[in-house]
Amino acid sequence: MSHPTSPVIELKQITKTFGTTRALEGIDLRVEPAQTTVLIGPSGCGKSTLLRLVVGLIGHDAGTASFEGSDITPDNIRALRRRMGYVIQEGGLFPHLTAEWNVVLMARQLGWPERKWRNRLGELAELTRLPMDALGRYPVELSGGQRQRVSLMRALMLDPHVLLMDEPLGALDPMIRYELQVELRGIFRRLGKTVLLVTHDLDEAGFFGDVIVLLRDGRIEQQGTVEELVTNPRSEFVRAFVNAQRSALEPLQGESRS
Amino acid sequence: MSGVTRYWVAAVVLLLLAQTALAQQSRVTVGSKKFTESVILGELLTQLAASTGTEVEHRSELGGTRVLWSALKRGEIDLYPEYTGTISKEILAGREAATIDEIRTVLAAERIVVSEPLGFNNTYILGMKEDVAEPLGIRAISDLRRHPDLRFGFSNEFMDREDGWPGLRRDYALPQRDVRGMDHDLAYRGLDGGSIDLVDLYSTDAEIQYYGLRALEDDRAHFPRYDAVILYRDDLERRASEVVAALAALEGAITASDMTGMNATAKIENVSEARIAAEFLERRLGLQTDLHEASAWERFWANTVDHLFLVAVSLAGAILVSIPLGVIAVRFRRVGQVILGVVGVIQTIPALALLVFMIPLLGIGAAPAIVALFLYSLLPIVRNTYAGLHDIPRPIVESAIALGLSPRQRLRLVELPLAARSILAGIKTSAVINVGTATLGALIGTGGYGQPILTGIRLDDVGLIMQGAVPAAGLALLCQGAFELAERKFVSKGLRIKAA
Repeated sequence: MSHPTSPVIELKQITKTFGTTRALEGIDLRVEPAQTTVLIGPSGCGKSTLLRLVVGLIGHDAGTASFEGSDITPDNIRALRRRMGYVIQEGGLFPHLTAEWNVVLMARQLGWPERKWRNRLGELAELTRLPMDALGRYPVELSGGQRQRVSLMRALMLDPHVLLMDEPLGALDPMIRYELQVELRGIFRRLGKTVLLVTHDLDEAGFFGDVIVLLRDGRIEQQGTVEELVTNPRSEFVRAFVNAQRSALEPLQGESRS
Repeated sequence: MSGVTRYWVAAVVLLLLAQTALAQQSRVTVGSKKFTESVILGELLTQLAASTGTEVEHRSELGGTRVLWSALKRGEIDLYPEYTGTISKEILAGREAATIDEIRTVLAAERIVVSEPLGFNNTYILGMKEDVAEPLGIRAISDLRRHPDLRFGFSNEFMDREDGWPGLRRDYALPQRDVRGMDHDLAYRGLDGGSIDLVDLYSTDAEIQYYGLRALEDDRAHFPRYDAVILYRDDLERRASEVVAALAALEGAITASDMTGMNATAKIENVSEARIAAEFLERRLGLQTDLHEASAWERFWANTVDHLFLVAVSLAGAILVSIPLGVIAVRFRRVGQVILGVVGVIQTIPALALLVFMIPLLGIGAAPAIVALFLYSLLPIVRNTYAGLHDIPRPIVESAIALGLSPRQRLRLVELPLAARSILAGIKTSAVINVGTATLGALIGTGGYGQPILTGIRLDDVGLIMQGAVPAAGLALLCQGAFELAERKFVSKGLRIKAA
């Protein structure tokens, strides 16, 4: 396979242990620009660990991790984070700040003038279709879907090159989840962002992912499109994983999506 | 100015304020111990000294012998009434100084002058109720050996003094085991109520006659003479020679029956010590003193000011120190264990003991009390700051990190606001404890609501006790209310409202 462009994120032989547990072992991964790469696998396979490693919440024991050509180190990670947007399952919003303040906090710390951050806030509210009156509310006063929209706005505020999303829709009920899936994919495509997304749901992975990376016990089991995983599973595990999730969803696929 | 600098500037300003408030001192300061006779004698000295036109302050009810003696040595008081037996057995314990001349020689080296005796000997007496002593045939102390089951209640100082229970038990080989320490003024009530059989008395106590007590004969001459004298610093002769000259008028002027009478007037007729002293000076020395007795409101106001000062300064200091300590405890786990351990241990020291530990370091008055209250206020705030920060959900902290906030920005913008409720609760706990504990400050001369409580206990005056206890409780409630209001200001609405 040839790589005409340089990757946004490149991991080489990444290993991470927690105590005696091997969380990641010999991970090689390239995240290509303007693509959505989905990390999938059963609980404890290391997919969230991998994402947290990229955003620098944990360090790695061996191997190299680089972001847009720079090695990710404790010294430069804070500068690199300005070019990353991070969204987690429950949104991770600051409960003591209103939605608006959650979104603009970092921009204001960076000294953006009010006009600039207000404009950006308006753009993002429009993009994520968040009602303007929700901006003045505290997280506890928002619905689960609204919280994720605010969380996405916060992640996009500084116009990052990459969105890192850890089960962003995992805590939502199915109707809202479906609605947000459609909207999110629209936003990714419109903005042309590079996205690295973690999910445990193959249906969601197939819906978002240009590339799907299936992990098992800290190793990459198979990497490819959802079709490749379905039609050409590289191992018995991949086949079992695909079948376990496909059976229930198959009748729905095709008619509701794309 | 960075946050840290601002912090320390505030701390220094506070210290300076406290320093100025503490530095207001009169030219001559009289001290007295926390029993009625000493307070009356202190008033006599004060009014006599004031009659020369000198500005004099009476710091009354300061505590026991050791507190007064160290205050005198440090110059926090210039003079106080003492007894020769107490000087030789307690202050100079272990040194040979039995007669007044020997005492003078030894104390001269400490730059303390001993006056001529004032005229009466207030010795220790062991007393029992007549109707208890008579059937047992107890007339002298040595008779007590035959009755090992008798219950003794001694004043706390007597329990420890060399001339008190330890020496007495040795000299008479007394077998009693049920021996309790208690406040001297409360001992009479225990005796009267029948919960104890024998107490230590001062021979000039009014209660001996009032309760019809039998004074046991000291048949082995255990107790020395306790001639009342004035102890004063030798620099007083230079600073206020007119005061020293005036005090000489009291030498040999007070007989034992004078003193017993004055004690009775105070304790049984509830006349103020100041008035008793003024009347004595007029009757015996023909001295007119313009007696100014503070009204109940003036005293209440003065006590309130003193009390608020103690609480405000110690609490403000504790807040300034505890919050950073809590932050450090969360950031550095090892150091944190040490910090929480140390402030926890401080909290286990009884408040009274903590106050007394401060005396050798800081003397008497507000300074040691503020330091003790400050130390006492640390734990609730440190622990709640630690808990508040520690309990912030991991995803929120990680979101703040991933957003690119620096550790300092995270602390200021996210972590402290989220811990605000817990921190405020800690401060509230400290404030309420502090208001109550500050009443103990009166024992070392801080004033405040403890003063009427202390005097009320001494005079068996429940009304007076209430004048301290009720405002102290009210202030505690007020603190509680104030912090509930503060919560509205310092805790984000987002943390106070419930999910719909």
